[in-house]
Amino acid sequence: MKQKFLRILLVPLALAGAGGVALRAQSRGAFVLRDAKIVRVSGPVIEHGTVVVRDGLIEAVGDNITPPADAWVIDCKGLTVYPGMIDSLSNWGLTNTPPAAAAAAGGRGGRGAATVAAPLVVSTPSNTIVSATPARGPEDRPSNAAYLKAADQIYPNDRAVETARNGGFTTAVTFPTGNIFSGQGSVIDLAGERAGDMVIADSVGQYIAFPGGGRGGGGRGYPGSLMGVIAYIRQIYLDSENYKLAKSIYEKHPEGLPRPAYDRTLEGVLASPRVLLPATRDVEIRRMLAFAKEMKFNAVIYGGHEAWRSTDVLKQAGVPVLLSLKYPERAADSDPTVDESVRVLELRDKAPTAAGALAKAGVKFAFYSDGVGTPRDLMRAVKKAVDAGLEPNAALRALTLTPAEIYGVANRLGSIDKGKIANLVVADGDLFADRTRVKYVFVDGGKYEPILEEPAVRPGGRGGRGQGGPAR
Amino acid sequence: MNRFGTSCFLLAASVCAASAQTAKDAPVLIQNATILTITNGTVKGSILLQNGKIAAVGEKVLAPPGAKVIDGAGKFVMPGIIDCHSHIMAEAINEGTVSVSSMVGIDDVLNPEDIAIYRALAGGVTTANILHGSANSIGGKTVVTKMRWGKDAEEMKFEGAMPGIKFALGENPKRAGASVGFGAAPANLRYPATRMGVEDVIREAFNDAKAYKVTLDEYKAKLAKGENAIPPRRDLKLEPLVEVLEGKRYVHAHCYRQDEILMLLHVADDYGFKVRTLQHVLEGYKVAKEIAAHGAGASTFADWWAYKMEAQDAIPYNAAIMVRKGVLTSLNSDDAELMRHLDKEAAKTVKYGGLSETEALSLITINPAKQLSIDKRVGSLEVGKDADVLLYDGHPLSNFSKVEKVWIDGHEYFDRDQDQEGRSKKQIEKKALIEKAAPAPGGRGGQASVTGGPNQ
Repeated sequence: MKQKFLRILLVPLALAGAGGVALRAQSRGAFVLRDAKIVRVSGPVIEHGTVVVRDGLIEAVGDNITPPADAWVIDCKGLTVYPGMIDSLSNWGLTNTPPAAAAAAGGRGGRGAATVAAPLVVSTPSNTIVSATPARGPEDRPSNAAYLKAADQIYPNDRAVETARNGGFTTAVTFPTGNIFSGQGSVIDLAGERAGDMVIADSVGQYIAFPGGGRGGGGRGYPGSLMGVIAYIRQIYLDSENYKLAKSIYEKHPEGLPRPAYDRTLEGVLASPRVLLPATRDVEIRRMLAFAKEMKFNAVIYGGHEAWRSTDVLKQAGVPVLLSLKYPERAADSDPTVDESVRVLELRDKAPTAAGALAKAGVKFAFYSDGVGTPRDLMRAVKKAVDAGLEPNAALRALTLTPAEIYGVANRLGSIDKGKIANLVVADGDLFADRTRVKYVFVDGGKYEPILEEPAVRPGGRGGRGQGGPAR
Repeated sequence: MNRFGTSCFLLAASVCAASAQTAKDAPVLIQNATILTITNGTVKGSILLQNGKIAAVGEKVLAPPGAKVIDGAGKFVMPGIIDCHSHIMAEAINEGTVSVSSMVGIDDVLNPEDIAIYRALAGGVTTANILHGSANSIGGKTVVTKMRWGKDAEEMKFEGAMPGIKFALGENPKRAGASVGFGAAPANLRYPATRMGVEDVIREAFNDAKAYKVTLDEYKAKLAKGENAIPPRRDLKLEPLVEVLEGKRYVHAHCYRQDEILMLLHVADDYGFKVRTLQHVLEGYKVAKEIAAHGAGASTFADWWAYKMEAQDAIPYNAAIMVRKGVLTSLNSDDAELMRHLDKEAAKTVKYGGLSETEALSLITINPAKQLSIDKRVGSLEVGKDADVLLYDGHPLSNFSKVEKVWIDGHEYFDRDQDQEGRSKKQIEKKALIEKAAPAPGGRGGQASVTGGPNQ
């Protein structure tokens, strides 16, 4: 009954297009989540407990807490509180996609409002460096935007932010893309009026990408091959070490010394506390681990679909893995007569087992969205990993505390503990069950309420571009 | 061979019979076989492989306890074949964007799962020099590998082998950027466009390397004097060239015509380095004396030519003539298919040029071992050398003979009978995977069951 009432209430609101589907919470006062099942992740589950949120932080959590008198009490009987989920490698917040209301007519039928259809208009920041003349070597710094920082490029109104938040994601480690040295990732909360409010950590890692799947730099000069890309990265890191040393020598005694030239790409590299390296196949994982060891990188591997074959070396190296939730699939338009190797078939078949294998081996790993747009599809992918042998607890950890640990923000995020940032998800059941609905999401202590049902589908469907127009 | 474009191998059903790696392999004794030692004549008798090495060769060798004894009656044993020029197991061949790409290295991109490795094993190859392509006057760094199928990239590398670098002369490096096919628009117009330009690029690169060396030395001198100085950056492009000048890295130079061969030998003399091997060197017979005088080795094809203008003037006697003129000569494959029958390529030099059987087999065993400076370890059947050994069902130079078994470091990496069994097993495995991945009838595979909104 109550839900029905909410539907009636919320649908017109959404159609009125008040800038977004979710309702912005009241001011950042105090909330008490009472009588909830609390999955803290950092400790045992509290079957009936209370979480107190105040001014953006978790003030208290436990089964014997007296609610403060000034708090808004939310009865969570039958509900479960989780830490907000983290997308460990994302571009959420960096795409300038209009808010959902602008595309309200874009329903795809029964997906639920929290996971509305693909964005109608997407403009990604154009970071890709295209040089006027082909690069002749590493000295030309081709495809190098190491200095870019995600925190400087955030669109708070990016619709991806809202979509993800409605599905229980409160945080993303979001990265600029488009270059071999794509730039520095930032940990951001998925809510905020201004970009600056969203940033939790501004520079947590340099995102390295291999253009053309490692086949080269797109035909415009050096590097044009996988080995060229690797050699280029090696030279840049050697240069950055030399640059650091040269600057310190020069700053101490500049007299009579040649002045080291300022280099923004090397500054960007030096500002990045870790290096994210792409590796999907076992061969690539071993290759990147060897490379990381040679370069003494504080490395993180991303991709990892075949990591079930590499658990021994990953464990030995102590390098964490970001696991893509976009499992490899045979392209829909691929030639059906092409004879695929057992290795390729096996890679597709076993990709969902990677998480379970890493957990079993004791390798630190976190999940990431890899372009899978909707939280519902992401949760389905996680569910696949669970069905393939991953403990549900480990799955949750890979979406909460582990990514926080990997990026060095576990003192602020990732679990329900006193003093941490109040990023919470309140759901009416197990987070990974298909029928579970997210009731409330807290980001930085602000309360958000995803719409439970999507508005009735209007004629026109995805094609109805003009209909919604910009947010009215 | 034209290796300008990156070869793309479509991996068909991967057939592997790599047995599980045991910590230590039992000794293997092959008895009653014809043993072609290459360096010490032919022995009718036994060979013992123990602890990864050849422990004994002789008419009578006692089997140590626990040894696996193989009856070699009617069979032949020879050392593993060494291919001085291959591009298998590399996930990139050319860094073709620049004409000096010495900063890149094949060792960064080895793919130990390339099926061509296994197929090369089936043809008796146990060691291969994996080279960068020939798009550049000075190409990337090369790496010597063993065909240890089933091991990872690091374990493929031939421990302690001299590092190398690829040079290329003639048509490939001077092709000024035509990206695909004849007359294609240049994607990356690039100097040089002539053989003169190739020489200039090589000379300039060595000038730079020398200057770089001076900079490094000056810095060291300043430090020694206690002066305040900023260290020069390491230059990964020039470092390998300094190594060449210091004799610490071998030059393997792709070439065809006699004029470009002489050019490179002159450049090397001018800068004081040695060309370790001339690769392909189809006109080597014209300048064999000069090659021998420089001390360069030659690694050529038996009878593969005429695939481009600069490969028109080749003759099948090339290898034999160079051998007779005192050039250390080998035969190479440059190709995953040719790699599987280097033994038959060697046989051609018996017919064309009249090499002895041992001389012919030397072209694919001890000679390339010497060229790569790994002859203390491999290339012949001598006590103490690595147990890289082939068992043939007939004379290796016969068209009707096949490799039955291959050992590397005393470990069996190929067995023809096991291979046949493994094939059907892999087919079953593959069929199961295909069926499992097939979409459910009437839907889009696994996705179909969940669309439709359980949220309602």
